[in-house]
Amino acid sequence: MDKAQIRSILATDCGSTTTKAILIEKVGETFRLKVRGEAPTTVEAPVENVTNGVLNAVAEVEELAGRKILDGESILKPQKGDRGVDIYLFTSSAGGGLQMMVAGVVKQMTAESAQRAALGAGAIVMDVMASNDRRLPYEKIERIRELRPDMILLSGGVDGGTTKHVVELAEIIASASPRPRLGIGYQLPVIYAGNKEAQGEVANILGDKTALTITDNLRPVLERENLQPARLKIQDLFLEHVMAHAPGYKNLMEWTDVDIMPTPAAVGYIMERIAREKGIQVVGVDIGGATTDVFSVFQGLFNRTVSANYGMSYSISNVFADAGLEKIMRWVPFTLPEKDLRNRIKNKMIRPTTIPQTMEELIVEQAIAREALRLSFEQHKALASGLKGVQTERTISEAFEQSASGETLVNLMSLNMLIGSGGVLSHAPRRIQAAWMMMDAFLPEGITQLTVDSIFMMPQLGVLAQVHPEAATQVFEKDCLIHLGTCVAPVGCGKDGKPCLSGKLTMPKGEELEFSINFGEIKVLPLGVGQEAEAELYPQKGFDLGAGKGNPLRSSLTGGVAGVILDARGRRPLVIPESPEKRIAKLQEWALALDAYPKG
Amino acid sequence: MATAYTPGLKVSQASVILKERRLPLQGEVLVRKGEKVKYDDIVARTFLPGEVHTVNGAGILGIDPQELPQAMLKKVGDRVEKDELIAQNKGMFGLFKSNVLAPVAGTLEIVSQVTGQIILRESPVQVEIRAYLDGIVEEILPGEGVVIKSFGTFIQGIFGIGGEVNGKLTIIAEPQQEITPEMLKPEHQGQILAGGSLVTKAVLEQAVQIGVRGIVTGGIGDKDLRDFLGYDLGVAITGSEDKGVTLVLTEGFGGMKMAKKTFELLKSAHGKPASLNGATQIRAGVMRPEIIIPEILDWKIESISLKPSILEIGNLVRIIREPYFGMLAKVNKLPSDLCTLPTEAKVRVVEVETEAGVKLTLPRANVELIEL
Repeated sequence: MDKAQIRSILATDCGSTTTKAILIEKVGETFRLKVRGEAPTTVEAPVENVTNGVLNAVAEVEELAGRKILDGESILKPQKGDRGVDIYLFTSSAGGGLQMMVAGVVKQMTAESAQRAALGAGAIVMDVMASNDRRLPYEKIERIRELRPDMILLSGGVDGGTTKHVVELAEIIASASPRPRLGIGYQLPVIYAGNKEAQGEVANILGDKTALTITDNLRPVLERENLQPARLKIQDLFLEHVMAHAPGYKNLMEWTDVDIMPTPAAVGYIMERIAREKGIQVVGVDIGGATTDVFSVFQGLFNRTVSANYGMSYSISNVFADAGLEKIMRWVPFTLPEKDLRNRIKNKMIRPTTIPQTMEELIVEQAIAREALRLSFEQHKALASGLKGVQTERTISEAFEQSASGETLVNLMSLNMLIGSGGVLSHAPRRIQAAWMMMDAFLPEGITQLTVDSIFMMPQLGVLAQVHPEAATQVFEKDCLIHLGTCVAPVGCGKDGKPCLSGKLTMPKGEELEFSINFGEIKVLPLGVGQEAEAELYPQKGFDLGAGKGNPLRSSLTGGVAGVILDARGRRPLVIPESPEKRIAKLQEWALALDAYPKG
Repeated sequence: MATAYTPGLKVSQASVILKERRLPLQGEVLVRKGEKVKYDDIVARTFLPGEVHTVNGAGILGIDPQELPQAMLKKVGDRVEKDELIAQNKGMFGLFKSNVLAPVAGTLEIVSQVTGQIILRESPVQVEIRAYLDGIVEEILPGEGVVIKSFGTFIQGIFGIGGEVNGKLTIIAEPQQEITPEMLKPEHQGQILAGGSLVTKAVLEQAVQIGVRGIVTGGIGDKDLRDFLGYDLGVAITGSEDKGVTLVLTEGFGGMKMAKKTFELLKSAHGKPASLNGATQIRAGVMRPEIIIPEILDWKIESISLKPSILEIGNLVRIIREPYFGMLAKVNKLPSDLCTLPTEAKVRVVEVETEAGVKLTLPRANVELIEL
């Protein structure tokens, strides 16, 4: 359909827990979100067909918008009068998403590049296999058989380098006779993106046993990654092999006007656009039921990681197992016996669609979310790094700094914007709760804008941006992002109650607001949505806001539903009292300062 | 109101049960459409490729990988026995030869001129699929398996561990009663025990010791489960545990009175042969554990299609979240407007009346239908 003729867009995103549908309409010359509907994803028996969940979510949209979109069990297209929609878009991460295994010769080099390529394409990486990962060949073979991935990405070697190791990996894959997870009679898709000299040999070994596709080397030389060809191949094969065999997707593939995208690929696409358009450093997070995705754009480089086992429903138990009781309870301002907490977490895992009804339940769930976010961010920082194994020329002063190649690109002090999405952040009853969760989990330093995706529509906007970028940008700016406010967090450590930061805000109408904050406190200064204030900030000696320890800083601060949040709880590390009584008192003090919970 | 689909667990006395029995790889189906089968009849069979063993042939012989094919005494595809000579170098003047012996019996699969590896595969392993429940063969899935149709009591649990087992069903406790190790007797060997609100690690260990095949009960404390398994369950993908007993929970974690309807159904099947499976997969391709008591009175079973359940006024529901976790209630009203919860979240709600006559307003997400 001609872009100029598009008046209405229906987009659905099928998550592992909930299917979300949004209706976008052209109002005058601008595209705006009209309504949103949702329904449980129907991968569960007796339905076992995602189409039903989609139809239920669209039926809710119909009801809320007061217009007809469905004709029985299909979508009316194009729009005629007040009936139907002009285009339909679909993203999916249900049924476990795209599950891949990647292989490369050296774990920290080609295998890591392959991992980045797969993650960037929206996959969950189940295992990273490398020649030097210390597993014996039979152990690798067993692992491939046991995992039954949807797809394997094989890389290794720079172009023109030795072929021995990558051929050995191909032999291991061939010996495993891997079977795909879906579709019993089909061959497993394998993408080869390694040393081009080995293409013939790899084709000989894998050609008959797998559905082999060969593409450009993702690490043609040591100093450069070339991930895009492999990413595009992954997304093509995702549609051809994986989605085509998943129950219920056939209908959706026929209805949709653009190829179905894996949800994280769509989120990554829109986030990369924002960073590029605004020229800022961004970290985004999407915390779902099964997985948590972290996206970042630093120095123009996009990275995505997915923590396949950290989420708020299906994987909630894993967050507890990895973080431990103590780490979760440090965010809970009351005591709770371990037995109770364990049973609550497991009950959420087996009934993933339930929601907290009492404040106590909400606080516990938000405490677990902090840990899921923290753990996922730790994993992201480790993988979002410069290329490892690359020789760099250094000056003498750099050599003294002891920085190795491959250090993380994530720099919290230079981070401009944190974007949160996913049920626990987007649906937090008070927006300040989302801001607080992100502050605790990510520990932003200096000056950082905090935002949430209001109703988690970034996946739909990501795919929309591919067909109608203007519409996607308009909806993103007007309806998607909620500006929570700006966090001002001095880096350093001090004594509780001692001065940490003082300063002055010049408000939009010219009035001045002076403030000061002691170490260990949180304070909120009012600054509304769409407002900007000029700030003069004077950190105490030993505290850094980005201009160096004790150095003053001038900056303009963006307002939001919460305002400007001064966070003087310390960084590197954040200081939380150890004794339960002091910790509970401190958490209550912070909750009061933020007005995070209802009184009483 | 939009269609309010509420996932629920099926608890039914008169169900047509269709069970797909699939091979992990393509193979041979051993039964015909319409044939009567018993739970332990083998319905399909295949051979899984054998284990793979690699030998660094070129390394052992001290030659370049390209020279390996000349040193081979066996060809790709040849059958070899354990310790059989498969490659040999020329040695010096015909002396001091190095040998490569087959580490296992199997087939020679790859001789690599690039890596110098010799890959051997052991003989295929036979895998058989049993019918699992008494019934008739409804459909043949050519080369892949069959669909077995049966009729009888079908109860889905919420969570389980352990795989498929069969045995006589015996009720050992009332719905609210905690099961203790003393309730398990030697005569329970080979049986499936049901009832009660809670089992502990000690009960499960006693069950293993006696040889009880499975237990169906209301709940278990997570700590007991962890101690019994020896590890913390991170994600709910179970079924492959090899602990010697299959466990199916009907309600959830913690002590939970078994729902009356579930208990009554189990009680009415006391003494009958049952099929039990603890396999649970709450992530991809959702699977819930189950207990099936086939009651085949007439082999001409008519098909009944299973439709998704819609939440309606008058339905019986189970509350599945604190603070009313585990209570049963009847749906009184389904308001279409959003309501504010004590957490301040605005959600769609359902108004219910509990068995004790208490009226409650709950998020719709926090109830599940008890399908009749």
